[in-house]
Amino acid sequence: MLQVVNLKVRVEGKKVLNGVSFYLEQGNTYVLFGANGSGKSSLLNTIIGNPKYEVVGGRIIFNDVDITEMSPEERVKLGMGIAFQNPPEVDGVKLKELLEHCRGISGLDREEVEKYIEMLNMEELVERHVNKGFSGGEVKRAEVLQLLVLNPELVMLDEPDSGVDMENLSIMGRALRTLLERDKKKDERTKTSLIITHTGHILQYVDADYGMILHNGRIACIGNPEKILEDITEHGYEGCVDKCLKNVE
Amino acid sequence: MSEERGVKDVAKDRLESVGIILNPEKRSGMFLQVDQSTAFASPLYEGVEVMSIRDALKKYEWVSDLMWSLVERKQDEYTREADSEDVNGYFIRAMPGAKIEMPVEACLYLKTLGHKQKVHNIIIAEEGSELNIISGCTSHPGVVSGMHIGISEFFVKKDAKVSFTMVHGWERDMEIRPRSTAKIDENGVFISNYVLLTPVKLVQMYPKAYLGKNAKAVFSSILLAHEGSVVDVGSYCALQGEKSSAEIISRSISTGGKVFARGQIVAEENDVKGHLECRGLMLSDEGEIHAVPELETKCSQVELSHEAAIGKIAEEQVFYLMCRGMTRDEATSTIVRGFMDVEIKGIPDSLRFAISKAVELAARDIL
Ligand SMILES: Nc1ncnc2c1ncn2[C@@H]1O[C@H](COP(=O)(O)OP(=O)(O)OP(=O)(O)O)[C@@H](O)[C@H]1O
Ligand SMILES: [Mg+2]
Repeated sequence: MLQVVNLKVRVEGKKVLNGVSFYLEQGNTYVLFGANGSGKSSLLNTIIGNPKYEVVGGRIIFNDVDITEMSPEERVKLGMGIAFQNPPEVDGVKLKELLEHCRGISGLDREEVEKYIEMLNMEELVERHVNKGFSGGEVKRAEVLQLLVLNPELVMLDEPDSGVDMENLSIMGRALRTLLERDKKKDERTKTSLIITHTGHILQYVDADYGMILHNGRIACIGNPEKILEDITEHGYEGCVDKCLKNVE
Repeated sequence: MSEERGVKDVAKDRLESVGIILNPEKRSGMFLQVDQSTAFASPLYEGVEVMSIRDALKKYEWVSDLMWSLVERKQDEYTREADSEDVNGYFIRAMPGAKIEMPVEACLYLKTLGHKQKVHNIIIAEEGSELNIISGCTSHPGVVSGMHIGISEFFVKKDAKVSFTMVHGWERDMEIRPRSTAKIDENGVFISNYVLLTPVKLVQMYPKAYLGKNAKAVFSSILLAHEGSVVDVGSYCALQGEKSSAEIISRSISTGGKVFARGQIVAEENDVKGHLECRGLMLSDEGEIHAVPELETKCSQVELSHEAAIGKIAEEQVFYLMCRGMTRDEATSTIVRGFMDVEIKGIPDSLRFAISKAVELAARDIL
């Protein structure tokens, strides 16, 4: 459903991705690992079409459509969605107004939106201005809430579990589990997701199908997510990548 | 041409655009002046007086003493011009202890092309009363040029509260020179809001407030300068009584016009507080925004602060909203509307709604 082919990206004159290629199959959940500054957020930003990230080579194909040149809004309308690592504040715009706009895109009914708001304990937060004065954990929940309401086919989550306490992690985990249809049988799942995590905490709730590592501007390993996380914990990113490469040889 | 003017002479949609709804069920008083004539002046609530200043001068001897007691008669050529035989205006008064939450609406309507409208208003909130006013000033469709000089003197007595929301809707060749001053006695509260979102040639005003002991003033303005407009708006607060406080907030947008967003808070007594906040948004390379915040004190035990920031729309925010499915234009107008959405406390919901509605329309039209 998503195909990234030899993607090369520059931001502020700096090369961040240098030939990233991978393929996401519909219904699967993928985890993207990588050291700080390895380009994970840049990759997600490029996939959703952030104009700051200049594609200098390669293509992005979503459901057989080449979206490399499309605006973010067009991509979202085709069924992509993202929860940002560090979203900006939007002064004077209430979270519930933004949700109402998301609802317009997905066509979800109001009751369902209310249900999600309740599920994530956001009744009071939706009355506030988007991300304005939100705590770290609140920002993450607000991002996930917007995604739930947007209900995209491809769900990209940039560190949804960073800075989230245990209780909220379980609340968010359950919500994401619903969104990603993880309770359905494997061949009945339609949602695809790409999740960035350092700790892997979110994986306790959302079982992933594959893991991959971004290293030196490229995808270095693809494999069992738990195994990769274990190797990273044990040998570090560098060691884990070395191990993968040896396996390939 | 007949002297008498009535409701039949005004365009209702113009009135609505400045918050004037002509609905006696939702207002505690109504006043309409067309050019120099009073179309109607009706108090609709116990404890509120609404009449033309001409009638007030006839009814109460003391009104003539109040006129020009706060605004200097010879301040400038415009005050001199307003000091004329054919001046009209409104007199609105809340009787002692009367708490009237429902707003009084007062509309000053410019009907004749090229007319110089001269207005002198007296607003009194007697001791312990509460008064909410929406003042809409606008012109007839096609009346693209003219002048409006409005003198307003506010008397906020002890323990009284006045909110005054003024919405202006003018045309490209109009010159607008309001001159107003408020005197706020002990424990009094004065909340003044000014909204200007339409093109105009020039608006120049610098309303003043003199605050007594434990009195409070809040001035908020939302200004949009279209190409060819000069909007020079500021507020001045003199903190004369101990424990008095003032806040001046402005949001200015230029789509090609010039804005001067001024503000001055002067501490004349110890134990007072003041805060100034000027924010500007440039939506064009043509216009100009000048933020001129001034703080002044003669005392040591005061707390005065200001923040001023001018910039263009943050691309990061536009991108963020586009990731929620908005087009670039939708995202931009959402941000602009959010920028203008100053949280105004202490006014009735109906007035807050009137302001949001005006802002919403303007934000949509900007693109
Ligand atoms: N908008 C930007 N402006 C300037 N530099 C950027 C920008 N975005 C990313 N970079 C740089 O590109 C590199 C990759 O950043 P990116 O945010 O993609 O890393 P990451 O893998 O998500 O890291 P982390 O795990 O810390 O979130 C970093 O060196 C970063 O400083
Ligand atoms: Mg990142």
